[in-house]
Amino acid sequence: MEALFAPVIGILFGCATYLLLQRSRGQAIIGLALLSSAANLFIFVAAGLGEGIAPLARAGEASPPPGASDPVPQALILTALVIGFGLLAFFITLSYRVYRLTGSDDLDAIADDEGAA
Amino acid sequence: MSAIWLLLAIAAPMIAAAGAIPFLGRHRVQVTAGVAGSLVQTVAAVMLLRQVAGGRFVVIQAGDWPAPFGISLVADQFAALVLVAGAVAGLAAIAFAAMSVEVDRSRHGYFVFTNVLLAAVATAFLTGDLFNLYVAFEVMLIASFVLLSLGQSRRQARGAAVYVTLNLIASAMFLTGAGLAYALTGTLNFADLAERVPQIESHALSLALALLLLTAFITKSAAFPFAAWLPASYHTPGTDVSALFSGLLTKVGVYAVARTVTLLFPDNEVVRNTVLAVAGLTMVVGVLGALAQYELRRLLAFHISSQVGYMLMGIGLMSPLALAGATFYMMQHMVTKTSLFLTAGFIERGAGTGRLARLGGLYRRDPAAAAVFLVAAFALAGIPPLAGFVAKFTLARAGIEAEAWLIVGVSLTVSLLTLLSMVKIWTEAFWKDEPAEFAWNAPARRFLLPAAGLALVSAGMGILGAPLVQMAIEAGNALATPAVYIDAVLGSGGGR
Repeated sequence: MEALFAPVIGILFGCATYLLLQRSRGQAIIGLALLSSAANLFIFVAAGLGEGIAPLARAGEASPPPGASDPVPQALILTALVIGFGLLAFFITLSYRVYRLTGSDDLDAIADDEGAA
Repeated sequence: MSAIWLLLAIAAPMIAAAGAIPFLGRHRVQVTAGVAGSLVQTVAAVMLLRQVAGGRFVVIQAGDWPAPFGISLVADQFAALVLVAGAVAGLAAIAFAAMSVEVDRSRHGYFVFTNVLLAAVATAFLTGDLFNLYVAFEVMLIASFVLLSLGQSRRQARGAAVYVTLNLIASAMFLTGAGLAYALTGTLNFADLAERVPQIESHALSLALALLLLTAFITKSAAFPFAAWLPASYHTPGTDVSALFSGLLTKVGVYAVARTVTLLFPDNEVVRNTVLAVAGLTMVVGVLGALAQYELRRLLAFHISSQVGYMLMGIGLMSPLALAGATFYMMQHMVTKTSLFLTAGFIERGAGTGRLARLGGLYRRDPAAAAVFLVAAFALAGIPPLAGFVAKFTLARAGIEAEAWLIVGVSLTVSLLTLLSMVKIWTEAFWKDEPAEFAWNAPARRFLLPAAGLALVSAGMGILGAPLVQMAIEAGNALATPAVYIDAVLGSGGGR
């Protein structure tokens, strides 16, 4: 399974990098979304894809059965997903406002003019 | 009750922020809550520093989960020293904001987000957990995003867009690095990582981990080659916001580099040489960028990046003395830089512009502002006996002891160029004759007070700073021996 996921994550990182290098804000938004998905998938796979045994200890036992999945990466991803979602929402709003204020979604086309302040 | 100050340093601004949200429409309440949160944090930071003086540790295991499993909050001398400096700089910036921020921005949560920012910075300094550090970074980011984009100008929107994009990319790298760290070692606790990372068998994987984390932190500290976002954005919002950012944000990145390099990769030559190379290039590129600038805050923003190079130099050299130098450098930089930005804010308030070509004759108009600027500018350039000199002298001595001639040579040359660039501001804004269209609406004297207070602190750190230097040296010693940190966190069980 890991061998299948590795190229998928690689392609996601590649696409994200390509999109982020474009001049348009729209493409940057999609690039960032892909980037954070790639990072989350990476954590998921890096911890190892197990057989799906729940990490619950039976009554009277001190630890879960051997081979149980590790719950920590899933907790990490959950946290990272929520944060990533919030930041992306802010990013989209900000990009929209830049577009409204400047009439362009290309940052290089907007002069960093002094007088506008 | 010994953990109370550590908790307060994080919780006080957080509570002030949360408590102020229902009263967004009431300017006075917003200002009071903003100043109160920051003030309590400063007091807590100072008390915490007294607790850890002499190399003691204050450790809290959140929820009483024993060390490598729960989240540890750790205060050692290094953390407490930079926390105090950061809290003092933050307090001055908020005091300035309390006078200058207009009702409209406070109604949109200006003081709520400054306090969230302060809480996140304290968390970043005090956490003993890599993933918790990631969360602190993100909280800091979202607060800074909002502060940066509160306002209406095109210029500001453009600056914010650059800042947000670059920082989000760095965050994704950090997250990937944290995931890799967990995959390789099965832990995220710094002390536990410090024991396990050196045992990673694959050299390539451990290097990949180092570079992922360092790239993320170097971007956040605005070091070469990822420095461009800082001068593109720091001059665009109100001066109150630039002043707050200039003291705090990049230093959190530097702090993360220091923790990562000293704890996780203490014996890794490649990592150390990378940090040193980044340090040298950052100094040079930053100062050259500054020399080409003719607007007050833009020029100062380039200097932030250049100065970050000095802190990284201390981390890269890794000797106890060098780390002490880096610690002291971070402290004096937070104070001095914020003071300079606040003076710039005072000048822009009076003249209506920060362009050097349109300024002049301020020395005659306002000798007090000129004096405040001179003290901070000389401290930045490293003129004895000011704080910057102590910091640079320590670093240079550590470099000479390590026989790292190249970086010492670069750092001394860049010092001269920094002085040159400060002299440029002096001649243009203070010394030369007033240009024809120059109009000076003298701002009230109280607007200069925060900058003057910080300049005094900065001068005091140089002239009367022997105890602080002593503490920085102890902090440097502790940083250079990770075993102390590991013992304090993993050996402490719960409670204290």
